[in-house]
Amino acid sequence: MDAAVLSAAVLALGYVFHRVDTVLEYRWDWSAIPNSLYRWDEETGRWVPNLLMQGFFTTVRLAILSMIPAALFGAVFGVLRTAGRLFPRLLSRTYVELIRNIPPLVFIFIFYFFISSQIMPVLGVEDFVRGASPATLRSLELVFGPAALIPNVISGVICLAMFQGAYMTEIVRAGIQSIPKTQTEAGLSIGLSRWELWRRVILPQALRRVIPPLAGQFITLVKDSSILSLISIQELTFLAMETAVSTTRVFEVWITVAGLYFCLCYLLSLAFGRLERSAAAARA
Amino acid sequence: MERLTPAEPLIELDGVSKWFGAFQVLRDVSLRVAEGERIVICGPSGSGKSTLIRCINRLEEHQEGRVVFAGRELGADTAGLTEVRREIGMVFQEFNLFPHLTVLENCMLGPVRVLGMSPADARERAMEFLGRVRIPEQAGKHPAQLSGGQQQRAAIARSLCMRPRVMLFDEPTSALDPVMIKEVLDVMNDLAESGMTMIVVTHEMGFARTVADRVAFMDEGSIVECLPPDRFFTSPADERTKRFLSQIL
Repeated sequence: MDAAVLSAAVLALGYVFHRVDTVLEYRWDWSAIPNSLYRWDEETGRWVPNLLMQGFFTTVRLAILSMIPAALFGAVFGVLRTAGRLFPRLLSRTYVELIRNIPPLVFIFIFYFFISSQIMPVLGVEDFVRGASPATLRSLELVFGPAALIPNVISGVICLAMFQGAYMTEIVRAGIQSIPKTQTEAGLSIGLSRWELWRRVILPQALRRVIPPLAGQFITLVKDSSILSLISIQELTFLAMETAVSTTRVFEVWITVAGLYFCLCYLLSLAFGRLERSAAAARA
Repeated sequence: MERLTPAEPLIELDGVSKWFGAFQVLRDVSLRVAEGERIVICGPSGSGKSTLIRCINRLEEHQEGRVVFAGRELGADTAGLTEVRREIGMVFQEFNLFPHLTVLENCMLGPVRVLGMSPADARERAMEFLGRVRIPEQAGKHPAQLSGGQQQRAAIARSLCMRPRVMLFDEPTSALDPVMIKEVLDVMNDLAESGMTMIVVTHEMGFARTVADRVAFMDEGSIVECLPPDRFFTSPADERTKRFLSQIL
């Protein structure tokens, strides 16, 4: 049975390639791909990442950097969402509904304009980078990538974290609300303060329950980072478009890019699988 | 801990009323419990028994009347509330152990985080009480690995670790099968013998007969009568008590 399904899949794929080949008369030419991943730099005499790998590394940076604030937004607003008082609940609800009910792309267009024109000058990122000492610059480049792109990357991170945080808020809220009220009562009855109750009873249990959906959301975050290409964040998708145009090898470039995204996301889901198993083991 | 004069009750409920929306669960309930006294509360389901004892540590807020514990009236003042709660142990029908912690950790949480004991001292105390409820060998396990009776005894130990002045039991055996019921009742008997003040909501009339100083019968949110067990079981005054007893005995 498995073999049958597998061979059917292979046949289908072969058919698609065949159609592309004969009907569209597309001539496969992968020769341009290796060079757009890595190129030989004459000046330094070394292999250096070309556009696609540069983009890939930026995407990895964007993903890692925005996961932290996104998780933070999710945790904070998720807790506020379950608060007893109206104001925190309202605040968090507004954040979630505002973002959840606008297409990500539209949100990012609006929000990016706001960030680039309002927040970035206030943060003074550009001046900071320009005035940074070589040592600081080196560590900045390690985290954010090439110096020239730092403001660009930071804007991307803020956008991505803001809108992913809203989805994480809902996940965290669901996790917290899945903990029975009786746990709160048991905690209160032994005299735990509100804070200790959260810290020792509710959050540890909620966290374990939200690992699987949160893992899914982190992977979505990586994939959704491609949207940032439309506000000229120079990540994988953005540079893939450039490469596709300059090499004219459209299919080859996009298939390569798909492979890169797949590797990244698959690695992530493996990592979360491990985390989930170790959390389950810790419980048993 | 100041010693109360016998005249001054440890717990005093005075004209307590409570509503869930339009439905009145407690109607002008008054009850005085002296230190060392053992009260059993029984009555048909929905009569307000659980709500009543949950008002004593303010897991439920009452709307009228006064609830006084050791001279302190319980109100909206939450700062004082945790102080009161640490002196009132509570055992729930569904045990409500913390599933992510081991039995030992369940017992240590309160002493360490509320009483500020060192983990070593808390561990020693926890093992002492786990021994007393006869499950010291289960200390390292998680609640899900224990039988219902063991879980309930662990929950009792968790409460005792706070060295409470009173223990509230909210139908502690209702979720258990007969063998486990006996395990838990044995532990509760021991506890009564040690002189603990206890308020127990239960349908276990055998326990009421042998352990209780007074048995209260509740119906439709009020305490119909509250008598020593010999009189309660032989010559109740109210018609409703008689009907209830004939159904349950």
